[in-house]
Amino acid sequence: MAYATVVGIEIVYAIATLVLVSLGLAIVFGMMRVINLAHGEFLVMGGYSATIAFHHGVNFWIAIIFVPPVAVGLIGLVIERTIIRFLYGRMWETMLACWGLSLFLVGLMTMIFGGDTEGVPMRVPGIRIGAYQTSGYELFVIAFSMLLVGAVWVLLRLTRLGLLARATMQNTAMAEALGTNTDSVYALTFALGAGLAGLAGGIIAPLSGIVPTSGGSYIGQAFITVLGGGASALTGVTSASLLFGVVGQIATFASNAVLGSVALLAAAVILIRVLPDGITGRYFQGNL
Amino acid sequence: MTNSPFRFRDRIVPQIIPVVVGGALLFGLPQLLDLFTLLQVTLYAIMAILALSLGFIWGYGGILCLGQSAFFGLGAYAYAIAAINIGESTIPFALALLLPAALAAAFGYFMFYGRISGVYVGVMTLTLALILFNVVNSTAGPEYHIGKAPIGGYNGLPNVPGLNLPFDPQAQLDPVATYYLSGGLLLAVFFGLKWLLSTRFGRVVVAIRENERRVEFIGFDARLHKLAAFTIGGALAGLAGCLFCVWGNYTSPVIFSMIQSAQVIIWVMVGGVGTLLGPVLGAVALSWLTAEVGMQQLFDANLLFGAVLVVFVLFVPRGLLPMLTERVWIRLARSPPRAPLSHSVTASGGSA
Repeated sequence: MAYATVVGIEIVYAIATLVLVSLGLAIVFGMMRVINLAHGEFLVMGGYSATIAFHHGVNFWIAIIFVPPVAVGLIGLVIERTIIRFLYGRMWETMLACWGLSLFLVGLMTMIFGGDTEGVPMRVPGIRIGAYQTSGYELFVIAFSMLLVGAVWVLLRLTRLGLLARATMQNTAMAEALGTNTDSVYALTFALGAGLAGLAGGIIAPLSGIVPTSGGSYIGQAFITVLGGGASALTGVTSASLLFGVVGQIATFASNAVLGSVALLAAAVILIRVLPDGITGRYFQGNL
Repeated sequence: MTNSPFRFRDRIVPQIIPVVVGGALLFGLPQLLDLFTLLQVTLYAIMAILALSLGFIWGYGGILCLGQSAFFGLGAYAYAIAAINIGESTIPFALALLLPAALAAAFGYFMFYGRISGVYVGVMTLTLALILFNVVNSTAGPEYHIGKAPIGGYNGLPNVPGLNLPFDPQAQLDPVATYYLSGGLLLAVFFGLKWLLSTRFGRVVVAIRENERRVEFIGFDARLHKLAAFTIGGALAGLAGCLFCVWGNYTSPVIFSMIQSAQVIIWVMVGGVGTLLGPVLGAVALSWLTAEVGMQQLFDANLLFGAVLVVFVLFVPRGLLPMLTERVWIRLARSPPRAPLSHSVTASGGSA
């Protein structure tokens, strides 16, 4: 029984990390159709900002929850104003520019931080379940991801800013005609996506060390999840994370983490063959 | 009227000049260069083959593969592992083409028959390369081996046997012979692709890039043509990987890495998307530049390549060669510039 609980927690945790890692990308890609290949680097920058804040004596929770989204959101804003805004509607160019940006950021972080692994020490004790020990932090990540999905839903569905953002993404010309400043809505939405990516990086920082190149290990998962999810940002990411998290984690239990990621890719390839528009292309249409 | 001077100037000369220049370079360089430089030139030729593999599927097929290093790396590993096991290079050489082609065919089947559109192909292929990198990187222990060959994980695979004459393990190719082989294969790939693009198959592939739906209305199977082009690209990348492995007698997971895939994209992008000469020149020029940048410690290589990519996407999206040739035509300008084969693939494939 205790073992089943631990396995269950691990699976839910895998799902929660996928949601967390993919959410910012889902906003940027799902709403703005920007293929942000620099998403992994946004995560890493979030991790670094948490690390820096923590080592300057900022409280652990503030350093991982509040500093990263603000820092990376601001960086995202700058990037949107200087590069991305010239490329809206041109998916190929945006994708390539984002990839260049990704390499640029990896290089920049290597020059600033060097190749050593940095991290935030864990401040959450483990929890015993029967004869097994599970990480209290993993439970926090699970709860936090749920809260975050709820918060983003509220932001997009119930606030005026969310309404403007959804209207702008659906029909820019009409939104502009009705008096919306679509330019700043685009900038803010991109910053929101970047901030969410930074937040994910901050939350993950205590679990895994950060090196400038660690973005590469998140970007694949994040894109598979977002593509598998399809058009609706929130429903898509949640449903695809459920599917891929379960598949990947079971494969990981059966063999090892690397084969788990192979199983995840295989599942994604088959899913794309069956449902080319992702899960929300066929089911749960019209959701957020 | 085949022998009219007009026809000669317009049709025959452009065919002959590249052959003459290519042949002159192939046989002239060993006379002019010392052995060390010749080794570098061999590497440039190998990278140019890799660039052509992407230049073909991206520039002419409109398939933007962000994970070309997956096939490049698989070619290198297929050759290395088979050569260590067999001790002779003929079958490994064939495997280095066939395995990447098979992977490209299998992966391409799911993508093209699933009808996922342009940009998603990029993301899926990128993920493929990332996962291959992770898998190979994590196989360091002695328990991971294929036959006699350990996979080596992040340590890589050293002491890979070089190429020998077919079915004669004693007749090893020396560096100069490897140069002639790589350079010769580059010319063969270049003119082979040129020929392929002039065939019916090649024209259909280009037509699909321009307007996939219209091609299907006419009655061609776009999925099959794209799959075939993608498979050819995979095989050529595998060939480059095999030569690369032979060149250094070594292979490591780094060749699956994102920076490797990105470099190929940058070569093609800088040289000119939708040309064959552009990727070759881009690969040679930027490989040379990489070697130079590698010497100095001021800027990280990733930083420079990233900046180059962003700048080219924003300001020179069609690449240098199409831009320069157009300028020259305008300068010469009694005749208007001939429309290049590709009017910015990026723009025409834009609506995904």
